[in-house]
Amino acid sequence: MTIAISEQVPRTVHGFDYTRVVLYGFALALVLLIVLPMSWLVYYAFSSPSGGITLSNFTRLFSESTFIDPLITTFVLATSTSVICCIVAAPMGWLVARTDMPLRRTTRLMVTASFVTPPFLGAIAWELLAAPNSGLINQAYRVLTGAPADDHLFNIYSFAGLTFVIACYTFPYVFVLVANALDRTPGDLEDASSILGGSAWDTARRVTIPLAMPAVLAGALVAFLQAMTLFGSPAILALPAGFHTMTTKIWSLFQYPPKPELAAAAALPLLILTVLLLRAEHMILGRRGYAVLGGKNSDPRIVPLGVLRWPAVLLCFGILLCPVFLPYGALFNAAFSRIASQVISINNFTFHNIYFVFFELSATKLAFYNTFVLGIATATLGTILALVISYLTTRQAVAGHRVLGFLATAPVAIPGIVLGVGLFLSYTRPPFVLYGTLWILLLAFLTLSLPAAYQQMQSAFRSIHPELEDASRILGATRLRALREITAPLLRTSVIATWCFVFVGTIRELSAAIMLFTSETKVISVLIFDLNESGDLAAISVLGIIMLIITFGIVALANRLRIGGGPVRLRNY
Amino acid sequence: MRSTKFSRRDLLKASSALAVGAAGGTVFADPLRAAPPPADAITPALIEAAKKEGKVVFYTAMDLAFAERLGKSFGEKFPGIAARVERSGAERVFTRIDQEYKSNVHAVDVVNTADQAHVILWKRNGWLAQYLPEEVVKNYDKKYYDPEGFELVTRVLVSPFGINTNLVKKEDAPKSFADLLDPKWSGKMVKGHPAYSGTIMNATFQIARDLGWSFFEKLAKQNVLQVQSATDTPKKIALGERAIMIDGAGYLVIRGKEEGQPVDVIYPEEGTPLATSPSCLMKAAPNPNAGRLFHNWMHGREAQQILIDYARQYSPHGQAVEKPGVRKLSEIKLMKEDPEGVEKSADEVKRRYAEIFKV
Repeated sequence: MTIAISEQVPRTVHGFDYTRVVLYGFALALVLLIVLPMSWLVYYAFSSPSGGITLSNFTRLFSESTFIDPLITTFVLATSTSVICCIVAAPMGWLVARTDMPLRRTTRLMVTASFVTPPFLGAIAWELLAAPNSGLINQAYRVLTGAPADDHLFNIYSFAGLTFVIACYTFPYVFVLVANALDRTPGDLEDASSILGGSAWDTARRVTIPLAMPAVLAGALVAFLQAMTLFGSPAILALPAGFHTMTTKIWSLFQYPPKPELAAAAALPLLILTVLLLRAEHMILGRRGYAVLGGKNSDPRIVPLGVLRWPAVLLCFGILLCPVFLPYGALFNAAFSRIASQVISINNFTFHNIYFVFFELSATKLAFYNTFVLGIATATLGTILALVISYLTTRQAVAGHRVLGFLATAPVAIPGIVLGVGLFLSYTRPPFVLYGTLWILLLAFLTLSLPAAYQQMQSAFRSIHPELEDASRILGATRLRALREITAPLLRTSVIATWCFVFVGTIRELSAAIMLFTSETKVISVLIFDLNESGDLAAISVLGIIMLIITFGIVALANRLRIGGGPVRLRNY
Repeated sequence: MRSTKFSRRDLLKASSALAVGAAGGTVFADPLRAAPPPADAITPALIEAAKKEGKVVFYTAMDLAFAERLGKSFGEKFPGIAARVERSGAERVFTRIDQEYKSNVHAVDVVNTADQAHVILWKRNGWLAQYLPEEVVKNYDKKYYDPEGFELVTRVLVSPFGINTNLVKKEDAPKSFADLLDPKWSGKMVKGHPAYSGTIMNATFQIARDLGWSFFEKLAKQNVLQVQSATDTPKKIALGERAIMIDGAGYLVIRGKEEGQPVDVIYPEEGTPLATSPSCLMKAAPNPNAGRLFHNWMHGREAQQILIDYARQYSPHGQAVEKPGVRKLSEIKLMKEDPEGVEKSADEVKRRYAEIFKV
């Protein structure tokens, strides 16, 4: 007992590192958020409907063509989407970040617009544009060329059509990552290359492109995963075309009588594939250091385009025609036209669709309310969660931070609909009966938005060299104080951007919501999906336009927010 | 909410009761027999009680515009009671209620489905309340309501062909299911899905029974546009997206034609699929009085007349006045409806359909 006395070392009151407590709390929350529903998923994948452990779900999965076909389709779809996105987005990102192309700001804004456009809304808009017979583009084509009545230029109800539409709303992910990386890459490295006699091409090849490579690869990965886990667009375009992707297949397994065991088994290959991809990315990029914002910094170098300035603008706007201008035009047209496939004229102009949505459609008000509550709650909680986790992982602040990082990224691998099922299984029984409440949707949205938020915050953290915090801590600040006074001000823009990112991501979420909603907890995305299934295009157009206006409002608000010093620019997407 | 479920013992009791006092055969043959409830009128007391609840939640498979019109008319008739409409395909509504009830979420007061097979299952699960409006007992043909009050037929649906008259002339249009297999219609047809729509489920069941699954196997080679809802196929031909609607809500084609759209309806020679669309009051309704009031009102003369005049559907109400423009049900060659058959083989229908059409 004498030992105990000798241990009475005086404690320093101010020196205690409170962060550790906070950190482990967050880790626990994360484990619950992700591990619980996934455990149910795995459990179900290996269960037979009558109970007991079995492999029969997997036997069926890999022997029946009704499962193998969607698996192959999904893989090809995700790969082609990813490739298209990189080809389109990487040069665009470079143009707006590192050249003197005119209208760079407008281009960024328009990419933001396509980013915040819900993919399912885009898919519906493209139905209006490029359905083989009633599509506006195909009608115009027939009028202009005098082609016969059933001839068409595009058929959106096809594999190519689906790939195109998904790429339209996935390329901003690559664009954001590339443009941001190039924004942050200091010019001095390129200057050094030029001073040492490197030509413009050499500099690009040896300096700029390698510096942008992590962003492009990460973008390709995100695009792949987006396309693979997307539910709305395939449900809208693939089913009429007569094929399934994995997400729509899984969804169809929950029609009465539900087959959660098969669905869980069908989800596991997607999960494994994603984990492998994330590992691959880590192996490619993991060992190199890409900190580009240190204590010293210089402005990015701008490449003059010369005569190519305006062709570059044309290229960008030509691309933006597909995700933004044409679909918005089609939605606007359908909102005010008596018949969605007819161009507005004096004869068919109507306000009835708007009247219908606001005064007759009884689901409107509740859906908006639910969507707003969930959007704000998810954005706030999600940003906090992402902030803490990315701090932990980038600064390696706790043991097991890798696990934490993995957990935060893991939901990327979980199709929303599968997470929906996992949550459904977890929270429809005591002690946590959350089904039928907004809580279950909040959990779903939080989990789903975490990877994107985490990736954003993590890259923000990565670009701030720890030397800045280290300096502060050497001078006696606690970790929290260093965070508050050094890191936080540097991260302000990223935090606000992430909040908005999560908000717009949440209000457009469909795939988990479709599994978890009840009539009392319906959100706008589900309402729009319902309306699409019954072919009520006019109401969709009105709701979609309102949804877009709200989204743009949030983005504009974030752009104008003044916190402390100068205005915060939201230009991450 | 234990009280909402019948135990096996209840079922035994009920079926032994049936053995003793077996009633005459109706279309609602089911082992569960209970005493018929007294016919109920819309009384001031009921309205007052419903107003206290303030709202009624109505899950339905009827076309959205019509469902909202009904809800709005109800709200105008009984101020202070808002009707919230949850519209989806009947099979989807069925799945939804199944999910919600198995998780003890009781949100629905009154449900309207387009698939009578659903009622068989709900009744078996003990989810339905018994309720008979006075007006129904007085004015409905016996075949249109359950004497025990578990279900009332709200409307009768047929699933004929529809055509876009700009894309195909009526005289050139297909007259029979066999005609649809002509290669010249390849890529020109649109079809609903039996895993979404109750109308299509019944139509698929009846066509497969009468013409064989081989018909669908051949049809699948015709490059058919596959949509979900029976209310979407009429909209797709109205848009001009396809020339021919293989199945779906005939009433929307008729409505569209009356509004001046270039569409018309064709009753196939082999027979037109039929789907009787019943409504039920849920036993665990969160707004039981508003539910009763709505259930009662919807099957009364006023709502049924909206069904005829606005929605162009067939009403079971004996006093409702027909409006010319819709061919009389008795003048259409109909396929035979078989709810028990659908109830038994719905999963098989969905499975085979998915195999043949790939979705």
